[in-house]
Amino acid sequence: METINFQLNDKPVEITIDDARMLLWVLRTDLELTGTRFGCGEGICGACTVLVDNYPVRSCQFPAVNADGKEIVTIEGLAKNGELHPLQKAFMSHDALQCGFCTSGMILTAYSLLLDNPEPTREEIIEGMEDNLCRCGSYGRIIKAVQTAAQEMKEAR
Amino acid sequence: MKEKEYLDLDFSDIKTPFTLNRREFIKAVGGGIFIFLTIGDPLDAEAQRRGGRLPTDFNAFLQIKEDGRVNCFTGKIEMGQGVINSIPQSLADELDVPLDSVDMVMGDTDLCPWDMGTFGSMTTRFFVPPLREAAAEARAVLIELAAERLELPVEKLRTEGGAVIEKNNSKNRVTYAQLTEGKRIERHLEEKPPVKDFLEFKIVGKPVLRRDSLEKVTGEAKFAGDIRLPGMLYAKILRPPAYGARLKSVDTSAAEKIEGVKVVRDGDLVAVLHTLPDVAEKAVSKIKADYDLPESDVDDKSIFDHLLKTASESNIEANGGDLEEGRELSHHIFEEKYLNSYVAHAPIENHTAIANIEGNKVTVWASTQAPFRVKDQVAEALGVSAENVRIIAPFVGGGFGGKTRCQQGIEAARLAKLTGKPVQVAWGRAEEFLYDTFRPAAVVKITSGITDDGKISLWDYGVYYAGGRGSQQFYDIPHHRTMTHSGGYPHPFGTGAWRAPANNTNTFARESQIDIMAAKAGIDPLEFRLKNLKNNQVIRILKAAADKFGWTPAKGPSGRGYGIACGTDAGTWVAHMAEVEVNDDGHVQVKRVVCAQDMGLVVNPQGAKLQVEGCIIMGLGYALSEEVHFKGGEILDTNFDTYQITRFSWTPEIETVLIESDAPPQGGGEPAIICMGGVIANAIFDATGARLYQLPMTPDRIMQARR
Ligand code: FES
Ligand code: FES
Repeated sequence: METINFQLNDKPVEITIDDARMLLWVLRTDLELTGTRFGCGEGICGACTVLVDNYPVRSCQFPAVNADGKEIVTIEGLAKNGELHPLQKAFMSHDALQCGFCTSGMILTAYSLLLDNPEPTREEIIEGMEDNLCRCGSYGRIIKAVQTAAQEMKEAR
Repeated sequence: MKEKEYLDLDFSDIKTPFTLNRREFIKAVGGGIFIFLTIGDPLDAEAQRRGGRLPTDFNAFLQIKEDGRVNCFTGKIEMGQGVINSIPQSLADELDVPLDSVDMVMGDTDLCPWDMGTFGSMTTRFFVPPLREAAAEARAVLIELAAERLELPVEKLRTEGGAVIEKNNSKNRVTYAQLTEGKRIERHLEEKPPVKDFLEFKIVGKPVLRRDSLEKVTGEAKFAGDIRLPGMLYAKILRPPAYGARLKSVDTSAAEKIEGVKVVRDGDLVAVLHTLPDVAEKAVSKIKADYDLPESDVDDKSIFDHLLKTASESNIEANGGDLEEGRELSHHIFEEKYLNSYVAHAPIENHTAIANIEGNKVTVWASTQAPFRVKDQVAEALGVSAENVRIIAPFVGGGFGGKTRCQQGIEAARLAKLTGKPVQVAWGRAEEFLYDTFRPAAVVKITSGITDDGKISLWDYGVYYAGGRGSQQFYDIPHHRTMTHSGGYPHPFGTGAWRAPANNTNTFARESQIDIMAAKAGIDPLEFRLKNLKNNQVIRILKAAADKFGWTPAKGPSGRGYGIACGTDAGTWVAHMAEVEVNDDGHVQVKRVVCAQDMGLVVNPQGAKLQVEGCIIMGLGYALSEEVHFKGGEILDTNFDTYQITRFSWTPEIETVLIESDAPPQGGGEPAIICMGGVIANAIFDATGARLYQLPMTPDRIMQARR
């Protein structure tokens, strides 16, 4: 067992956990943040993506103890002061989802992509999102939503 | 055998009810369980709800709340297909209330009217008509109540925006909420008023964005795995190494050593439970078990011969003319065989459920497409009356037919009973592959012929084990026969309905064969189809697709990589055109897909487009890469590393043409997937001259066909 401290969606968290446990289950069970989804459990689908220091990680493969001292953002932490993030708005205005099960991972992966590259081309979006899977087939709309969000963020700067 | 039941129920393409009366509809969907109640039946909604039949009391479908908002109750579930939008559109128009005043209550067996299940593209065709009838009656009753309140004859009144209004004096009005004060409406009409004409609709037919997206982009949306109950345990169940293996002996001692782990055994069901799901998972992996493995040694290569050998029953789906005569008329005869592999549903959300038993009340939240079916199954498994079982389907993370079976809900309920605690069962990805009810592998054999002027003169078609949906051809062929072959249960694991069951297999085979004949005749494949068609609906969508695509005639293979295919499913007609590029290593990039769809009146054009796009993207998978690898009952694919579904980089430009129509609305969730095998096979041929006879069309198979 190990006690760790981290920032979760801008709030400090202290938790004592077995050091073999993955972040996904700590988030979903111990911390009851169920917006981070479980899809494949092997780092392949991206449904469980969260941000660790703004970098997208597959939380099903990320030992929770490695979050110690880090800043974690889950889908629940993206809207600020009741204001949706431009990506969330763009996913809505483009209907870039159907069942919505991949959506949390998609949005967080796109978030970090835009931090790295604020004006990505279609090809760059595809490259950055390639390892996130959507069975409902929302890819085309997700690409457009990311472009729209990039535009809005650019105008806000 | 259980699997067989699923095949029978889900594989048929039930025709639209608009040409049937209610009694015939009852026959069409398998009868016996429905009872047609006359209007004014004394049974209250509650009793009707429980009885496995559609209620006639409109209160079962809708409720006007004190604040004026309207609850719409439906046993349908939302799994991404968007009925959460299209159902309230229809209700709002019929009842004359604002669209955003309608709240959806879905998939809850205690609150919603009985429903067979959400599959077969049936919501719009079968649930919406009785919902509209209910709304029409409710509206008429509200007008009567208003007439009494306002002391005016009903003829002087109209309805709009949730209020009854005097026609000549719009200030004189009373809202629905004022009339009902949140109470149940007890009055019913002797004679049911007619529903509105489609032309009167103001909300139906307008594009509407998804109403569930806010919850889904913030992570607030609750799926079955997100339900938390005090004292709940997470279960992991011991699984066999192969489908159908029987447990001989088990040693759970190592699992029991882990702190907090509880092991339960009930016959073949061996499960570990813990307050943390990941600890339960670790514990189950420590269990040692011996199994008797099933005999079957058929694998993904030998399965096709096995199917042909096993087939013992056949059925004529359609025939006409005389095959011998057709043969004599034919200048060229084509004898071909098409294969397709098992494919998985593979929704991103795995099968998940949580069960809670309080006193004699059993409640199960489950990712299921058929809550009322699960209700009976859970009742049977626990030996309790179905009245005491409540199933709730929260948001479902994709279904595609795979969540019509709800084994996990029964498992959760059994474990809740055994432990006395709320229990969650959430399958892992390997369990998902083991227990998925795959789209069956299938073989299609076609013998066809053309005359020397390019008319199809012969069509002799036989499909093995896919099912009959979509098997009937619609070209103008004088001598034809269509047969389905089946018998026994040749599959070493579960099979079931997979988005547009059977139709993907049948449309791939038919449209490939048509193309083969067009190429031999030296005629452009679009022209060849038009030349052999009399069905105006198909002709119209083919032309619409060609228009959008910018199709110019050329005989195949033209080197351009253009493909074409058409077909019908769930009452809807579709035509696809695609452009592909095939690399030197056999890798296919689909650059562009155009889909023209005639689905009758389009309730929500935005939703219809989403479904078309989803079908095209999902269909790329079964066309190019999806194939379950197995040896006997052992499923070799356990995750998305070897089982490849469509990814971002495969995404083509997609253009959808929805044909304007005021015919009754038809299915929209499945039709646009049926052409994907055929349209890509034909485009690959056009690009390379290589003809592919097996799905999926992997780079290896393409390279082989090129040689
Ligand atoms: S659940 Fe973690 S990548 Fe799929
Ligand atoms: S929206 Fe269903 S998996 Fe992406």
